[in-house]
Amino acid sequence: MAEQEILEGAMAVAHAVARCRPEVIAAYPITPQTHISEELSQIVADGELDAEFVKVESEFGAASVVLGASAAGTRTYTATSSQGLLLMNEVLWNIAGMRLPVVLACANRSISAPLSIWCDHQDAEAIRDCGVLQFYAEDNQEACDMHVIAFRVAEDRRVLLPAMVNLDGFLLTHVFEPTILPDQELCDKFLGTYEAVLKLDAANPATFGAFTEPDKCMEGRWMVHDACLRSVGVIEEASAEFEKVFGRASGGLIEEYQSQDAETILIAKGSLCGTIKDVVDDLRDEGKKVGLVRIKTYRPWPAEAVLGAVSRARQIAVIERGASFGAGGVMTPEVKETLYDAGRLIPVHGYCVQLGGREVPPDGIREIVDRVSGGEKQKAYEYFRLRTEILPDLVPGA
Amino acid sequence: MSDKLLSLERLSIGCVAPPGGSVANKTGAWRTMIPVFKQEACIGCRACELVCPEGCVFGNPKEKKFTFDPDYCKGCGMCAAECPEDDIDMVREEK
Repeated sequence: MAEQEILEGAMAVAHAVARCRPEVIAAYPITPQTHISEELSQIVADGELDAEFVKVESEFGAASVVLGASAAGTRTYTATSSQGLLLMNEVLWNIAGMRLPVVLACANRSISAPLSIWCDHQDAEAIRDCGVLQFYAEDNQEACDMHVIAFRVAEDRRVLLPAMVNLDGFLLTHVFEPTILPDQELCDKFLGTYEAVLKLDAANPATFGAFTEPDKCMEGRWMVHDACLRSVGVIEEASAEFEKVFGRASGGLIEEYQSQDAETILIAKGSLCGTIKDVVDDLRDEGKKVGLVRIKTYRPWPAEAVLGAVSRARQIAVIERGASFGAGGVMTPEVKETLYDAGRLIPVHGYCVQLGGREVPPDGIREIVDRVSGGEKQKAYEYFRLRTEILPDLVPGA
Repeated sequence: MSDKLLSLERLSIGCVAPPGGSVANKTGAWRTMIPVFKQEACIGCRACELVCPEGCVFGNPKEKKFTFDPDYCKGCGMCAAECPEDDIDMVREEK
């Protein structure tokens, strides 16, 4: 049994990644991700990992380097955050379309403007539809373990898609927690070596990202969707195998916390779920049937798992760290779609609780539970505890 | 490795393409205007050959004879626009 160490989240992730033996790493510093790539470059410089660490001029460069390296048949890794992820955006669509199993981390951070370095999920949600699998960690142990699972799932021939592990900026990246680093021998056993189906090879020339006419392009895009859907089973399988090999559960599609008999269910992802679990415990002590469904895998969207987990719910509150301006949330409509498709028309309320690092104290979670289960009609979607007193005239000069 | 897995007719995982796709893909089908090399005032300057983005104009400057490959000519008209002797016309192609 491996020992627990007190490690900073970003550093723990760097060491977990190193044990997955990526052969090419390219990254550009951005708060709050920087410690991951900084530590990895140190590990490579110290000769502890036989990898090429490519210093690049931007996140566009970092993503392009791992695209090329992955196309050449190597295991690759990058990490970024916020604006950096947006700068990678175009390349990530290509990586997914070319079916390259690049693994990356996103230290979730707000997007400008206004400028903020603090946590929310708008960065990762902005690339939601590109074909990158997305996992969300609640704590640092999970952030480490999800990387190991991410490599396994991404490289599985039934999937062959990039995978991104999300860990909340500062709340996880900069927090010291007792963490068990994945054992090297077990990682080797769990992952094996990456063998590309097709790769760039001067002796057998081929073109990645070639032109397709309208008679073929749609099928190329559909194959990304198909692989995403197929990854659902692969994620479950890999997570079960992870537990068998490493002796601790990690990964998976969702976590059901006190939700089996819950009448009011909260749905959320990331580190906020730690706070929500405390509130759920308190409310349970008071005899209230409240539970949490934590989304661990956000892409592919685990529709069946979510549906099964809320089978006895009377009302649902989706607590979001993201937003889609001009629409009713990001994850909230997905929960509604899942229920609607199954003919379950129960109230679902969306709460944008935190953008740019706004704290969500336990009493905020409690207020949401009280409101959705209180019988009074609630808004379908709202920005929770918006400080209207600091707003200007919203239509200047009107 | 790639030879068995790749063909021009069927897609591969990741839409990786074998060599020869640019030759097989006859972009001449995109064309609405077609050049007519009149060959009345050609001075053999090679401007038409050098500006062709498809590389499908070819000829002999000494003999002052130039023509193009209709399989790949997209009808962009750059050869006609750049010809200093106005010796190439672009005409609507009827099919």
